Amino acid sequence: MIYSLCLLLILIGLYGVVVSRQTLKIVISLLIMNHGVHLLLLLIGYREGGNPPIVDPGSLISEFANGAVDPLPQALVLTSIVIGLGVLALMVALCVRLYERYGTFDITEIRRLRG
Amino acid sequence: MSIDIQTLIPLFVAIPLGMSLLIQLVARSRHMLSEVLTIITMLVLMLMSCYAIGDNGIYHLGGWPTPVGIDMRLDALATLLLLAVNIVGVAVSLYSVDYMRRFTARSHFYSLFLLMVTGMNGVILAGDLFNLYVFLEVAAIASYSLVAFGCAHEELEASFKYIVLGTLSSALILTGVALVYGITGTLNMAHIAARITETGMNTPLLLAFGLFICGFAFKSALVPFHAWLPDAHPAAPAPVSAMLSGVLIKAIGIYVLARLAFNVFGISDNELSMLRWLGLLSMVVGGFLAVGQKDIKRLFAYSSISQVGFMVLGLGLGTPLGLVGGLYHLVNHALFKPLLFLNAGAVEYATGTRNLKKLGGLNRKLPVTAATSMVGSMSIAGIPPFNGFWSKLIIVLACIESGYYGFALAAVLVSIVTLAYQLKVQRMAFFASLPEALKDVRREPPMMALAMILLAIGCITLSFAVLTGLRDPWLIGAAQQTLTAGVFGG
Amino acid sequence: MSTTHSLRDKGTGMSVIVKTVTRWLKGPILLFGIYLVLYGHITPGGGFGGGIVIASAFILITLAMGQVSGLQIFSKAVASRLDSVGLLIFLALAWLGTWWAGGYFFENFISTPEAAQFTLISGGTMPMSNLALGLKVASALFLLFTVLTAFQIAEQKLGDPADPEKHHQEDPS
Repeated sequence: MIYSLCLLLILIGLYGVVVSRQTLKIVISLLIMNHGVHLLLLLIGYREGGNPPIVDPGSLISEFANGAVDPLPQALVLTSIVIGLGVLALMVALCVRLYERYGTFDITEIRRLRG
Repeated sequence: MSIDIQTLIPLFVAIPLGMSLLIQLVARSRHMLSEVLTIITMLVLMLMSCYAIGDNGIYHLGGWPTPVGIDMRLDALATLLLLAVNIVGVAVSLYSVDYMRRFTARSHFYSLFLLMVTGMNGVILAGDLFNLYVFLEVAAIASYSLVAFGCAHEELEASFKYIVLGTLSSALILTGVALVYGITGTLNMAHIAARITETGMNTPLLLAFGLFICGFAFKSALVPFHAWLPDAHPAAPAPVSAMLSGVLIKAIGIYVLARLAFNVFGISDNELSMLRWLGLLSMVVGGFLAVGQKDIKRLFAYSSISQVGFMVLGLGLGTPLGLVGGLYHLVNHALFKPLLFLNAGAVEYATGTRNLKKLGGLNRKLPVTAATSMVGSMSIAGIPPFNGFWSKLIIVLACIESGYYGFALAAVLVSIVTLAYQLKVQRMAFFASLPEALKDVRREPPMMALAMILLAIGCITLSFAVLTGLRDPWLIGAAQQTLTAGVFGG
Repeated sequence: MSTTHSLRDKGTGMSVIVKTVTRWLKGPILLFGIYLVLYGHITPGGGFGGGIVIASAFILITLAMGQVSGLQIFSKAVASRLDSVGLLIFLALAWLGTWWAGGYFFENFISTPEAAQFTLISGGTMPMSNLALGLKVASALFLLFTVLTAFQIAEQKLGDPADPEKHHQEDPS
């Protein structure tokens, strides 16, 4: 059930990319799509009634393995967030440069390439 | 002196990454130092790739054993692609010494170029899915920046289109990775293969594979996911177009598709038919759209889409002969498409225009460009005895052997169309009469000529690869065997 | 939107209240970031999270005191060099695993005695890698912020930028 909500978030982002007329809105919609995918990845590692995956001194490894939430998707999402940050920085820089060259944020007017 | 191949495997990724950072640190304003460092790095990588021929190995990063740790795998298919990437990289870095003189901030270019090579090497050597995704993103981000490098109008617009579609496809790929992790519980490719052979291909795995096909079809510009390529490849500076069209769409697109389809998922003919139809569509649409173009680089970009269709058709056949054809065409294209793009770049450098209607008679003015362009055009059009002829012949024979006569006929027709537009380029750019405006065009600079000659020699050499047999060309037969060996054992 | 207006026109920052509070807060934020990086092998955090918090301390100073003061504390050239140096240290640590200790790339070649687990000096090469990563992420993020906001100021000064100059790019890892 909750995975379909993640899918809804991804689809909202996709709708935003397709429909938006401004470059910055496209960037934000792509960000929303990325958030949806990260949420999906995190929720796959979830365990009902699980503990945070931190080992204290004195706790047993077997307790940890049986009770903790899966830590691997958390590491994956952290890496993916940083990658998304890099792409976001590049996209915003491109939007600023496009504004300098074309004078507008509207993608229907940024259309020199065709054919 | 023999160095164990195992110690060399992580160096394929570490050396260009370290050099890229070193260039940023040391050679910020000293452009010649950054050029020298780049060329030395690419030569070292090329030598390492040649040394790796015939070796297999699995490298456990950090010493952690397989189910726990990250692996890097080297096998015949990876060696083939490493050779392609690094040899083209050497030629392109030699070419950029002269071509990039017109741009400011050249050290950034070399830094980004090495970062792109890092990403591609990492994708080729990756042994688990998430490492693949991370290096894919590194290569992609470097290529987005490189397309926009000159900050002219068209470059920025093309790069924006490219980055939006690229991010979309990366999100699809990450969703696929998430689903595969959820179903199999592991990210290591060998383990995923073992789990899938246990449980069989159920519907969620089919969904994951479908997401992978969509994502990687964006990256390799198969029709109907090709919308970014005709804008991005012409707008980029010529060396960048050569790298993008020659190796990037293959190393992060088709190579990964082949790996996932044959070695990880172990798919059957039902799913392979999707690849065949995508290949057919790309071949036909790319070929026919290329004929009417006036801009040289846009024509070559559509031609790339068409040739990628050939490769995917060959891969989608699934039979050993089909795989040999697809892989041989992949390597051939990795040599002659950068050659053609470098030629177009030399024409643009000398004359200042890419419009075919304004060019003509450059046969005498740019002799090296004209000669290598003739070699490249004959290769891509499939004229015997050049390498393109052999790979297209193998693909057509494989189609006939599997009984798909319609696909074979389409492949032959598209080859004829390829010949048509290549002849158009040759006639209009090189053989027509010299217009007034181009009377004082000077010869191309020596480094650019050297790079083009290197690639042309590579093309001619590769046409001898069939001497070891039509079913088992020189390195490609070994590469095909890693794919038909089925899923990764253990 | 008076804050962005003042940044663009004068570059002197925000009002007195914001400046005073920032002067008090910049120390604790920086300290918190350094804590996250240093204890990254025991508690959640590590190079990425800690680096971002350190960068946010400098970004806060830039936003509140004005761009000139911010750049005096942490200039673009220094940030760019620290950026590359951070990742080079990370790679060097990874490579030491093969060259010096004869093991694998990225191997943790310093072993931790049983009694020293869960303390600060433990975990082998992990704290050092965390430090290198924290350095890199902090300087990269600060550089990003500075370059992207400097576009407005450059546009005011030059009018129509005619020189095709490359826009900045940060390494995504």
